[in-house]
Amino acid sequence: MIGTTITMQRNGHFIVVDHLVKIYTLGEVDVHALRGVTLQIDRGEFVAIMGASGSGKSTFMNILGCLDKPTRGSYLLDGIDVNTLSRDELAVIRNRKIGFVFQGFNLLSRTTALENVELPLLYSSLPSKDRRQRAIEALQRVGLGDRLYHYPNQLSGGQQQRVAIARALVNNPSIVLADEPTGNLDSRTSVEIMDIFQQLNDQGITIVLVTHEPDIAQYAKRQIIFRDGKVRSDRPTQSRRRAAEVLRELPNIDEEDEL
Amino acid sequence: MKLWNIVLSAFRALQRNKMRSFLTMLGIIIGVAAVIMMLAIGEGAQYSVKQQIASLGTNVLIIFPGSQQQGSIRFGAGTVTTLTEDDAFAIKSECSAVAYVSPGTRAGGQVVAGNLNWSTGIEGCSAEYLNIRQWPIEYGEFFTDADVKGAAKVCVLGKTVASNLFPDASPVGQTIRIRNVPFKVLGVLSAKGQNAMGQDQDDIILAPYTTVLRRLSRFPYLRYITVSAISPEAIPLAQQQITELLRQRHKIQPYEQDDFTIRNQADIAEAATATTQILTILLASIASVSLLVGGIGIMNIMLVSVTERTREIGIRMSIGARSRDILTQFLIEALVLSLIGGILGILFGIIGSTLVSHFAQWPTFITAFSILLSFSFSIAVGVFFGFYPARKAALLNPIEALRYE
Repeated sequence: MIGTTITMQRNGHFIVVDHLVKIYTLGEVDVHALRGVTLQIDRGEFVAIMGASGSGKSTFMNILGCLDKPTRGSYLLDGIDVNTLSRDELAVIRNRKIGFVFQGFNLLSRTTALENVELPLLYSSLPSKDRRQRAIEALQRVGLGDRLYHYPNQLSGGQQQRVAIARALVNNPSIVLADEPTGNLDSRTSVEIMDIFQQLNDQGITIVLVTHEPDIAQYAKRQIIFRDGKVRSDRPTQSRRRAAEVLRELPNIDEEDEL
Repeated sequence: MKLWNIVLSAFRALQRNKMRSFLTMLGIIIGVAAVIMMLAIGEGAQYSVKQQIASLGTNVLIIFPGSQQQGSIRFGAGTVTTLTEDDAFAIKSECSAVAYVSPGTRAGGQVVAGNLNWSTGIEGCSAEYLNIRQWPIEYGEFFTDADVKGAAKVCVLGKTVASNLFPDASPVGQTIRIRNVPFKVLGVLSAKGQNAMGQDQDDIILAPYTTVLRRLSRFPYLRYITVSAISPEAIPLAQQQITELLRQRHKIQPYEQDDFTIRNQADIAEAATATTQILTILLASIASVSLLVGGIGIMNIMLVSVTERTREIGIRMSIGARSRDILTQFLIEALVLSLIGGILGILFGIIGSTLVSHFAQWPTFITAFSILLSFSFSIAVGVFFGFYPARKAALLNPIEALRYE
């Protein structure tokens, strides 16, 4: 199903977006959310997408995440022309290749951390024993190996976001899409989350992060700025920050919160 | 997603709102229980009707003389005198499908015993009559062929008559006077109760037809001949044999009509059974309305649930749930509701039916059919009313669902 849609244009780039246009129709008014976006992202990149609200960055992320389809233009993900896929095929792509991290964590309430992380595996065909094992490993990877059976309301915001990251990782995705992952977190926790993202990126996972905070973008390797539905600037990060180093220098305000 | 996981998560989702799930189920429980109880009560009614008709004797045929005709004016059945004792003997000896024959006549009158009196009907019959009616003697004995031949002044009393004329003592051996003719009481019949028309079958005196014809009747001819076929299945054959025999005996030409009528109880039985069947269907359909209402309750709650959990649906979709995964999830939740409701409903239906038959003294029968019917109906309700909300959930736009507050 997926293999047949691989095109001849495959040229090494992991994500190839060509003249992407998205037009929403609200009543009789057409809203041009994206007005021709062209860019490539390679494996192992850590991209921050910035822009004011209404700049089209969220729309772009939705299309990257296969939650939405562009009006015009093409989007190749790992050589697959996403435009040709059906609703259910897109769901399979989301399940296998993409991990989402949201601003509001979006965990299922009254469901343990472990079960939340297991959830994507339920929609793939994995034996239940392997599911549990992989979910535990993913939680250990984000430092929550001792919080397996906690419910979201028993966890701090940073811990919840780490559960969400574990959920995004559990299916070994090719890319993690994070939409304002630090938007609801205090500055120290934000840096901790960025530390996790940097560690994952060091392990070879491609990360695309939407943020409107310039200092968060400083943790990425590449910064793309959107304005009015177009790419305004696209440049490598000057003097990239390492979250681990920042953490060491930060005064530890509330130690007990994270332990 | 594997079915087992879906069922598990459906149970968990329903557990989160225990009260709500229970109230939703209650609609189905009441519906299924009502259907089962109504069917059980209906079955019971059919059974008692069949019993009553069987007590009349299901293989009984009654032969009436035809109507008298003067010029173009025809009188009612039984107004001619064509039916004779010899006809009855001939039927007995020549019709192979006939088991017992009893020539019959009727008289009415005031009956006196000591200082008590009672107005009742007197039926004249042969010694075989109780075999035809399948009516045992409770105590004493019935009269014999010899009594019939000799037109003996003997009789047996129906239960009602016995208790009215002899409230304290046994009537056997006593003498009663019917229209001033003394009759010796030989026995008392067992109670038969009301017939299908509500008449008291025990308010009767049976005496040899010969005696009734000679001593009591103002119409000294046979009013009818009661006959039983050898089996219920042999009724048509018996009817045919009797018709042929009587036409021959009465010298009726092929172009002429019969001068007698044969009636059988099967028609009455069929009509009565059909009536109770209609009643059962009526009761069950009224009950099934409540099942329908229960189904609408499920749909209502599932719609609320889909709206409440829009965000959850968005999350599931973003991590790879396909439309059909979401559809199955909500459909299974509706099914679990209706299935548990159905099972509990069957339980309560059985308990309720038992209580009804215990306290109302009404026979109830729970058939496998009624359980199967209401169970499959409740599943159908779950699928039918669960489908729309489930589809609504499955067709949600993942982006909008994720943003839903």
